Amino acid sequence: MSQTVTKKLMLFFPKCECEKPIIYHLVKDHNLIVNVYRAKVTPEEEGYLVLDVTGTEGDIEKAMDFIRTFDVTVNTTGKGVARDEDRCTHCGQCVSHCPTGALRIGNDGTREVVYNEADCIECLACIRVCPFGACASTF
Amino acid sequence: MKTYEQINERIESGKAVVLTADEIMDYVDKKGLAAAAEEVDVVTTATFGPMCSSGCFLNFGHSQPKIRMSEAWIEDVLVYTGIAAVDVYVGATQLRHGDPANMYPPGEFRYGGGHVIEDLVAGKQLQLFALSYGTDDYPRREIRTYFTIDDLNQAIMVNPRNCYQNYNVAINDSDRTVYTYMGALEPRGENATYCSAGQLSPLLNDPYYETIGVGTRVWLAGAHGHVYAEGTQHAGACERTPEGVPKEGAGTLALTGDMKQMRPEFVRGVSLRGYGVSLALGVGIPIPILNEQVLKRTCVRDRDIFAPVVDYSADYPQKTGNVLGHVSYEQLRSGEITVAGQVVKVGSLSSYYKALEVANLLADEVRRGEFLLTEPSALLPKDRPMKPLLIREKAS
Repeated sequence: MSQTVTKKLMLFFPKCECEKPIIYHLVKDHNLIVNVYRAKVTPEEEGYLVLDVTGTEGDIEKAMDFIRTFDVTVNTTGKGVARDEDRCTHCGQCVSHCPTGALRIGNDGTREVVYNEADCIECLACIRVCPFGACASTF
Repeated sequence: MKTYEQINERIESGKAVVLTADEIMDYVDKKGLAAAAEEVDVVTTATFGPMCSSGCFLNFGHSQPKIRMSEAWIEDVLVYTGIAAVDVYVGATQLRHGDPANMYPPGEFRYGGGHVIEDLVAGKQLQLFALSYGTDDYPRREIRTYFTIDDLNQAIMVNPRNCYQNYNVAINDSDRTVYTYMGALEPRGENATYCSAGQLSPLLNDPYYETIGVGTRVWLAGAHGHVYAEGTQHAGACERTPEGVPKEGAGTLALTGDMKQMRPEFVRGVSLRGYGVSLALGVGIPIPILNEQVLKRTCVRDRDIFAPVVDYSADYPQKTGNVLGHVSYEQLRSGEITVAGQVVKVGSLSSYYKALEVANLLADEVRRGEFLLTEPSALLPKDRPMKPLLIREKAS
């Protein structure tokens, strides 16, 4: 059996694609394990979805080809939460609120705060607690 | 033994030996105190964090015809006009007009006086709106215009209280989240917040105010400003460690500097959910190594500095004076402390990263001969405690 990998995706569904059960087909037809972090449908009936998909490289590739048959924008770097490096003062207020350690002190000497986007589960705690408005949601 | 004059001569000749308060301990451990005191001229200290008692005086110059502003707003933030005609004072914690504050708690507090000051230093164009009752010599009743810091005659930061010597560690012992100036504190002691640069902080490196006093030149967000008075709530009489390091707030400094010389990355508006707005500033203060004793005090380490842990759900607001215990900055920086047997996650409001940047920038300026030291014209009081506000039922 080939090795499984996990990829974080951010999908944007325009109004015309919002009602299609695309995630169902990722599970049923492409054998992917899906872990949804955050989903939102706007009043304009556009949709945002941030999720992990786990499966073999081949299955994920085929699933991506399937998604691309729709008018869905796929962002494989999955930036649902963005940190503005210029706004961040590295105070460390976010660190004790971040449940996964995606935001952490990266260097004991300089006390620099680093953000590892792959560990972010998009709980949005950092957005609420940052005094400098350094973290923001893309949707 | 060295004098201020001798140290300044070495700075001017470009030969001064300058280290930051982050580097000096290891240097002294290696060289020995006596040899290091001979060799080192200046130790730079710094801090970066929210400092609520901050603000600035602005002078707009006169419009044609003239106005004596009696009420004024910059970007809808009320500014103080109870001074001369076109002078105003912008306070860091003033909210924008129409901000719902905590009407639907916790409020977001997105913009206020601190953000006005940040935008001014960043060179942004801002809106001034002012009203007046009109006089014979100042007939204009209303003005609306747009300006940048370059249009102003003066923009002078005047901060009644900066650089708290030490500070509380805030925790929440209740069963609901509390929103404070120390950030959001989760219930049942889930997290704690501290706010000090610890071993790098100016007054922790000069615990008895021997070199930092009225008239001391300071690096205020990039400008060369100075200490103009003791800060408000300055209270040198406090509990101290055997080495003299305060175990609570203690001393403070009143600072002033020209905002036109400031750097925007060290002047930052602050929004604290459920609490309000403020201003974070980067401050650097050089300590002249006059003798071994002064040098020894700059060698203080995070493990030797203790902060009181205070419950911000009850003891702080009710002013009970109760302290849950003391923890060192070394423990705080580890990311976890233990309070009453429970492990608590720790975050900070003060940026050591930025403070280190300030300490290094100031050290470079001193090395290049661009920043000279000043001897205080008056020392800060060491023996005064902090008075409470008494509620009297009747006038006596």
